[in-house]
Amino acid sequence: MTSISEDSDKEKVRSVSVDLNNDASLVIDIPDALCERDKVKFTIHIKTTLSSFQKSEFSVPRQHEDFIWLHDTIVETEEYAGLIIPPAPPKPDFEGPREKMHKLGEGESSMTKEEYAKMKQELEAEYLAVFKKTVQVHEVFLQRLSSHPMFRKDRNFQIFLEYDQDLTVRRKNAKEMFGGFFKNMVKSADEVLISGVKEVDEFFEQEKIFLLDYSSKIKDATAKAEKMTRSHKNVADDYNHISGAMNSIAADNNTAFKKTISVCVLQKLEDRVASDQELKLTELLRYYTRDIQAAKDLLYRRARALADYENSNKTLDKARLKGKDIAQAEENQKQCLRKFDKLSESGKKELTSFKARRVVAFRKNLIEMTELEIKHAKNSMSLLQGSIEILNSN
Amino acid sequence: MSEEREPPPLPGAAQTVFPEPQDAEDLFVSAASAMESPEAACLSAEDISPSSNGPRDDDPDDLFAEATEEVSLDSPERQPILSDGPSPAITPVTPVMISPRVDVFDRSPDQDEDEEENRDTFDIQISVSDPEKVGDGMNAYMVYKVTTKTSLSIFSRDEVCVKRRFSDFLGLYSKLASKYMHMGYIVPPAPEKSIVGMTKVKVGKEDLSSVEFVEKRRSALERYLLRTVKHPALLKDPDVLQFLESSELPRAVSTQALSGAGILRMVNKAADAVNKMTIKMNESDAWFEEKQQQFENLDVQLRKLHASVESLVCHRKELSVNTASFAKSAAMLGNSEDHTALSRALSQLAEVEEKIDQLHQDQSYADFYLISELLGDYVRLITAVKGVFDQRMKAWAKWQDAQVMLQRKREAEAKLQYANKPDKLQQATDEIREWEGKVQQGERDFEQISKNIRREVGRFEKDRVKDFRVVIIKYLESLVHTQQQLIKYWEAFLPEAKAIA
Repeated sequence: MTSISEDSDKEKVRSVSVDLNNDASLVIDIPDALCERDKVKFTIHIKTTLSSFQKSEFSVPRQHEDFIWLHDTIVETEEYAGLIIPPAPPKPDFEGPREKMHKLGEGESSMTKEEYAKMKQELEAEYLAVFKKTVQVHEVFLQRLSSHPMFRKDRNFQIFLEYDQDLTVRRKNAKEMFGGFFKNMVKSADEVLISGVKEVDEFFEQEKIFLLDYSSKIKDATAKAEKMTRSHKNVADDYNHISGAMNSIAADNNTAFKKTISVCVLQKLEDRVASDQELKLTELLRYYTRDIQAAKDLLYRRARALADYENSNKTLDKARLKGKDIAQAEENQKQCLRKFDKLSESGKKELTSFKARRVVAFRKNLIEMTELEIKHAKNSMSLLQGSIEILNSN
Repeated sequence: MSEEREPPPLPGAAQTVFPEPQDAEDLFVSAASAMESPEAACLSAEDISPSSNGPRDDDPDDLFAEATEEVSLDSPERQPILSDGPSPAITPVTPVMISPRVDVFDRSPDQDEDEEENRDTFDIQISVSDPEKVGDGMNAYMVYKVTTKTSLSIFSRDEVCVKRRFSDFLGLYSKLASKYMHMGYIVPPAPEKSIVGMTKVKVGKEDLSSVEFVEKRRSALERYLLRTVKHPALLKDPDVLQFLESSELPRAVSTQALSGAGILRMVNKAADAVNKMTIKMNESDAWFEEKQQQFENLDVQLRKLHASVESLVCHRKELSVNTASFAKSAAMLGNSEDHTALSRALSQLAEVEEKIDQLHQDQSYADFYLISELLGDYVRLITAVKGVFDQRMKAWAKWQDAQVMLQRKREAEAKLQYANKPDKLQQATDEIREWEGKVQQGERDFEQISKNIRREVGRFEKDRVKDFRVVIIKYLESLVHTQQQLIKYWEAFLPEAKAIA
C-alpha cells in the first residue's frame, strides 16, 4: 500500500505528542498553567506567520471549558463532517491529589515530622504528574487542529486563539447544550444504523468491522492498563511507608540505617516507573480510545449521509411516480449524493492517515516506554547492588 | 491462577535463581541438586497439592533414605540460590513454594570473638519437611518430618529423622518456657495456632491457600527449631533432645486450648497481667530501665513495619494479577490490530507483560517469606523478651515479699519474747530462720535472673542484627534478580517495538 507509506511520511507530524509543530506557520504550545481552586487556566502561546492573525506572537489564557466549546463548535460544523475531529481533552482531574491532601491534613497530628514531609513530597509529585498530563492533552488537541489543513483555517479556532477577552460569552448556553444532548441521543441510534446499512464500498466495510472491534478492545486495554499502573503506585506507596518505619528503627541500630537507604531509593524508583509507565502506555491507550471514537463518529456521519441519500432516492422515485416536485426531489438527491461522495472521499483519506498516525504513535511510545523501563531497571539494580555491598562489608 | 500454568517438567527442571518454584509436590525447597525426582516422591499419596505429577516413589523407606541426602542445609549448591546465576526460563509454578530459610541460619563460622564455647563447635542442621495429612475430617492433622544432622556429641546419632505434629512443637515450647523463662532465658516462641488455616486443611480443601498455609507453617516450624537449638542452654535440654531424636513422643495434650492446662494457662496469663500493673519495682539498675524502654519502642516499630510489609505483599500480588489481565487485553488488542508489524509488537508486549506478572508474583513471595515472616517472628520474640523482664520483676517482688514476711516474723518473735511464751517462741525463731533463708534465696534468684537477662539480651541483640542483615541482603538480592529479569525482557522487546514500520 504505497499510499499509506507516502501519507505516513506526511502524517508523521500527527503523532500523539511531539512534532505536531513541524509547520512553522502556526506553532502552538502551552508553556504554563495555573490551578485556581477548581479551575485550571492554561496559557496558550502562539507563534505564526499567517496573515490571518493580527500579531505574529502572542499568548492568551484559556480555561478547559473553552476547549470544550471549540471542540463542540467544530463537531457541529457541517463542513467538517468528512473529517476525523480531534477528541476533546478530558476534564482535569485533581481528585486523587485532593483526596491525599485531605488525608494529609487529617492525619497531621498523628504523624512524625518526617512522615509528614514525605507525604507532602509525595502529594506534590502526584499533583505535578496530573498537571503535566492535563497540559499535554490540551496541548495536543490544539496542535492537531493547527496542523490539519482544514481545521487551522476554522474561524472559531482563530477566535479561540486570538480573542483577548473571556470566551464565556461565546460558550454554550442552555439551549445549545440541550442541542448537544439531543445529538448524543441520535448518535446511539446511529450505531444501529451503521451496522444495518448495506455497505457498497469494500474499504469502508473493512474499516467498519475493524473500528468496531478495535474500539472495544482498546477500551478494555486502557482500563486494564490503568488498574496496573494503580497497583504499581500502591506498591510504591508501601515502600514509602516501609522506609518510614525503617527510619524510626534506624535510630537504634547502625546496620538498620543502611537498610533504609536502599529501600527509600527503591520507593522512588518504583514511583517513577509507575508514572513513566502511565504517561507512555496508559495515556497512549487513553488517547487512542478517544481517537478511535472520533473515527467511528466519522463513519456514523457517512452512514447517515448514505441513509439520507437512499431516502432521497426513494423520495425521487415517489415524486416521479406522482409526477410532482420532481425537480426538487432531483435536486435533493443530487445534493445528498454529493454530500455522501464528499464524505466518502475525505473519509477515506482521513481514515488512512489515521491508521498511519496511530502506528507511528504506538511505535514511538512503546519504544520510549521500553527504553525507560530498561533505564530504571538498570538504575535500581546498580543501587541495590551498591547497598548489598555496603551491607556485606559491614 | 495455578490452573493456567503447565506443570513443569521434572528432573533437571529449569531452575530459577530466586524463588525456586518447583513442581507441585515439592513443598520444600531442594538445593540446586539434580536429584529432584526423589524429592517429588517424598510427599505421600495423601498430599494436598492441587496437581500432582512426576514420579512417585511409594516405598516409605526409600523416601526417608533419599530425602535425608538431599535436605542438607549447607550443601554448596544451596549457596548460589539467591545470587545471580544464569537462570533459564522461569518455571511456572503450581503452589508456590519458596523457602528462603536456608541461609537465615547460616552455620558458617561466626566472626564474633566473645562467643560461648558452644558456638565454636556449633554444628547442627535441622529441617522440617514433607507435611503429610494423617487421618480424616476434623480429627485430621498434619505430620512433619524433622531431620537433624549434627556432629555434636550430645546427640546419639549424627543423623536422625522423626515425625512430629504441630501440637508436639507447642508442647516442647510449653515445657521449655516453664523450665527456663523464670530464670531469665529468652525461650523462642512457637508458631501460632490457626483455627481457620487448619480447618481448611482438615476439611481437605486442596486449594492454593491451604497449600500456602501448610508451607507457611512448615517454614515457621523450621525457624522455630533452629532458633531454639541456637540457644546454648536449650540445645542441651533433655526435652529438646528427646523431641529431636526419639521416635515416639507422648502426645502433648496440654497444649489444646480447652484442656485443663490450657485453661490454667489463660488464668495465669490474666493474673500476670494484673500483677504487672500492681508491682511497682524500684529499679536500681539503669541498664534494665533503658533496655525495657528500648524493647517497648522496638515492639511498636516492628509491628508497624510488619503491617507495612504485609500491605506490600498484598499489593504486589494485586499488581501481578492486574499485569496478567493487562497482558491478555493487550494480546486481544494485538489480534484486533490490522497493521501487521504493530499487531506483532502488541502480541510481544502481551508476552512480556505476562512474564513480568510472574516476576511480580515471585517477588511477592520473597517479600513475604523473607521479610514479613521474619518480622512476625521478631514481634513474637520481643514479646518473649518482655516476658523475661516481667519474670525479673516477679522475682524481685518475691524477694521483697520474703523480706516483708521476715520482718513480720521478727516482730512477732519480739512480741512473744515480751509475752514470755517459750514454746511459741521456738516456733517463731524457726520461722525467722526459714524466712531469712527465703530472703537470701530471693536475693540470689533476683541477682541470678538479672545476670541471665543481661547475657540473654546481649545474645539476642547480636543475633537480631545478624538475622536482619542476612535477610535484608537476601531480599535485596531477590530484588536485583527481578530487575535483571526486567532488563532482559524489555531489551528483548525493544527491537520488536523498533521494527514497527
